[in-house]
Amino acid sequence: MSDVTAIPEGRELVSAANRDAPRGGLLIAIPAFNEAQSLPGTLAELAACLPGCDVVVVSDGSRDATASVARSTGAAVLELPFNLGIGGALRTAFQYAVLRGYDCAVQFDADGQHDPREITKLVAGLDRGLDLVIGSRFASGGEVTYPISATRLRSMGVLRNLVKALVGETFTDTTSGFRAFSRPMLEYFAETYPVEYLDSVEALVLACNAGFAAGEVPVRIRSRSHGAPSTRRVRLAYYYLRLLVVMATSVRRRRRWRRQAST
Amino acid sequence: MNARAHIFVLLLAVFTIWFILRLVRRRQLRAKYAILWLTVGVGVLVLAAVPNLLNPISSIAGIYYQPATLLLFASVFLLCLDLHFSWELSRLEDRTRTLAEKHALLQEEVATLRRSAGSPPGQSVDASEEAE
Repeated sequence: MSDVTAIPEGRELVSAANRDAPRGGLLIAIPAFNEAQSLPGTLAELAACLPGCDVVVVSDGSRDATASVARSTGAAVLELPFNLGIGGALRTAFQYAVLRGYDCAVQFDADGQHDPREITKLVAGLDRGLDLVIGSRFASGGEVTYPISATRLRSMGVLRNLVKALVGETFTDTTSGFRAFSRPMLEYFAETYPVEYLDSVEALVLACNAGFAAGEVPVRIRSRSHGAPSTRRVRLAYYYLRLLVVMATSVRRRRRWRRQAST
Repeated sequence: MNARAHIFVLLLAVFTIWFILRLVRRRQLRAKYAILWLTVGVGVLVLAAVPNLLNPISSIAGIYYQPATLLLFASVFLLCLDLHFSWELSRLEDRTRTLAEKHALLQEEVATLRRSAGSPPGQSVDASEEAE
């Protein structure tokens, strides 16, 4: 492949290094915060399932050997100098994907919750013309192999209804971290991806409001190999409150956008 | 206001102005904030010297108890300032975040370039940071 893909304007980071980098194809983006224990297993399974596939690990201010472990497997590593949270890590990965000219990217968990064999299903969703494909545990055909607490299920229900009210579509698993992004979606999210917790819900609404096609495919989610769920109840309550505020303002923005579109 | 309180407030105002000027001289305070706080300092100084100045302002605002005028203006001013700081803090956080992202991307690019140039990894960009 000798053709040079057009480099987006204003991207000061594009340089000689990128000319030799692969163009097109799929990038697996793995945000990781102190995941040195589970990463080797996850990366090995990925390599076995999708040989030769490009992987970028974003070490989100990890204090353990996450970055060096990832580097030793040959994955590209983006090391954030301090913890930005899942949203910040993803945004960095999206920028990387855009800079290196990838066609699409799949967000993948470091802790072994996601089955790499399901990645093709997500990418198939992109091939059907979707920009954002969400791997859903709860869609028919989806599967969870671990118990989810009643509180968590209830709050997921709240989010589902919230998203339905805001975008008029039902997504069964709005907090899923197993997602695929088209190139235009990546370009959009490289600039706008929400940086705080429950980013996936906010991002979904953002994408729908901006006119991107979002859809879901059923996937099987396993129990994590190490570590615990990322939040406790009290914090969760705060995050919901924050999300409501963000959502309220996003509705305002949407109306304004419509008004502009109608004139 | 008795004479002792008068002198106390005057001293406070003078000290505030002196402290602000010191911060500006040491370049620890940006000029825009210096102007703001100096205005406050001068205002306090003037009011401390001529407390009766509050009377006409109070009567215009319809406030019968003059110290309440001062408290009202002070709290409104502090509230506005607080809001401004929250805004500025959000903006700074945003910029720091962007810097961190760009830093990670550049670091990866340097590593890639080094590898393609066949030069030994040498000192990592991070080496100096770890020492901190």
